[in-house]
Amino acid sequence: MSKILIVAEHDGARLNASTSKCVSCAAKIPGASVDVLVLAVDGAAVAAQAAALAGVSRVLVAENAANVEPLAAVLAPQLAKLAAGYTHVFGPSTTFGKDLMPRVAALLGVGQVTDIMAVEGAHSFKRPIYAGNAVLTVEVPADATVVATVRVASFEAAPQGGSAAIEKVDVSSVALPSHTRFVSRSGATTGRPDLQSATRVVAGGRALGSADGFKIIYSLADRMGAAVGASRAAVDAGYVPNDLQIGQTGKIIAPELYIAIGISGAIQHMTGIKDARTIVAINKDGEAPIFEAADIGLVGDLFAIVPEIEKQLGG
Amino acid sequence: MRRIMVGVKRVVDYNVRVRVKPDNTGVVTEGVKMSINPFDEIALEEALRIKEKGLADEVLAVGIGPADAQQQLRTALAMGADRAILVQTDATVPPLSVARIFRQLIDKEQPLLVLLGKQAIDDDNGQAPQMLAALWDRPQAVSCSKVEIADGKATVTREVDAGLEVLEVDLPAVLSVDLRLNEPRYVKLPDIMKAKKKPLDTMSLGDFGVSEAPAFRTVRVEPPPQRSKGVMVKDVAELVDALKKKGLV
Repeated sequence: MSKILIVAEHDGARLNASTSKCVSCAAKIPGASVDVLVLAVDGAAVAAQAAALAGVSRVLVAENAANVEPLAAVLAPQLAKLAAGYTHVFGPSTTFGKDLMPRVAALLGVGQVTDIMAVEGAHSFKRPIYAGNAVLTVEVPADATVVATVRVASFEAAPQGGSAAIEKVDVSSVALPSHTRFVSRSGATTGRPDLQSATRVVAGGRALGSADGFKIIYSLADRMGAAVGASRAAVDAGYVPNDLQIGQTGKIIAPELYIAIGISGAIQHMTGIKDARTIVAINKDGEAPIFEAADIGLVGDLFAIVPEIEKQLGG
Repeated sequence: MRRIMVGVKRVVDYNVRVRVKPDNTGVVTEGVKMSINPFDEIALEEALRIKEKGLADEVLAVGIGPADAQQQLRTALAMGADRAILVQTDATVPPLSVARIFRQLIDKEQPLLVLLGKQAIDDDNGQAPQMLAALWDRPQAVSCSKVEIADGKATVTREVDAGLEVLEVDLPAVLSVDLRLNEPRYVKLPDIMKAKKKPLDTMSLGDFGVSEAPAFRTVRVEPPPQRSKGVMVKDVAELVDALKKKGLV
């Protein structure tokens, strides 16, 4: 039987939605029992949220003052120690999990499966390669611990309604390094929906021309209650901050509605949006590759079209 | 000697639209343009800039791949790397084996810093830097967009989901680099001529006790599911109408 340990992503107070996606992925493995591990300074609040996820058997809480920031070098030895007895160790394919999980795999002396997009069996998984232009099915040897990151856009959030037991675990005997120190974090606290979990996303590309030009994207997004995203070109040009980037090296999203405005549709961008339920493309170039993937396309001047959409949506 | 080790992987060029082989064993690489993994090129550029600031003495480029990967290492030498090592194999080397090879080279080369791309654009694994840092028991900083070296420490800015994070790490350390760290230089013709005289040593997997057997079995490679062809609308009214019909606005 598969025993799966999922490392929780959180900010000290709130459980990130990515953890719930990992639970859904783990639940696809037949007969699996699923535990969630909270590494924190004070894990009570996060543990309670994890315990409420349907499908979770136990929530383990390892508290240590060193866990105040999610430093991979500090978390990895604790996770590796607690992985004993588990057949699978999962983390989300977010910047948190991408940082941590390979370090854990190496400490356990096993390979890692990156970006699970589908579960084919307890040791067999589908994952994207070449920016999603090919899908690889890999099989991990039956005797190896499966360490993996879960492509969160490929799985629904686990429903609420669980009542898992919460247990404290002691890993204070694990030596933790002091060679890596957190200095600061700066991020957009925009009040807008989170790009990775939003049901609607409005994104802009280089064609917006400037940070000022991007204002029409924010305005439409706010009217629709949508998150704002961007192509790499728009981020590189400095129109918007890096945390808005969607694509192979940015965020992978799966909203109900994705509106791409002035984005040509490079393959590296398309891999970030192909799980969107409905894709709308607005571009002045009718030959832009984005239209090959769009469900609804409109060719024209985005500076005329975007305000007009906002107007027609009404107040 | 203050040395920086840089990983240089030969991959299908990022502009190539890759196709899956009809027998589903992989993707077509025959007759396809190959290049240095773009993230590795950024790592190399950063190493060269650190050296040009007088903060390092030598840049060593390391590749693991087929004999043809010499081309990418020659390009790295032309960009300014001082010497190169090719660990030659026709096998696909998984990230943990890459990390084990680099770990052994570190014992010999004693680098101040290891700079690697945050992922290779072929297998998109994004594992080798973190695995190497674990095996070496040293700091890692993943997805760096700014690197400052001073007093035996690196202060790095990382691109994370929430925005930007700054870490201070003791050296030696492993840094994996992101797109906005720098813009790699173009190679000039005289540099290509000069690069031909720079040392490029060849080693084998056997030199590191690493087997050619893959860690995971490739069951199948297939094209991604295609989205069905959409519709074009002629104006905003039609667009809004279509969105309303789908219940999306």
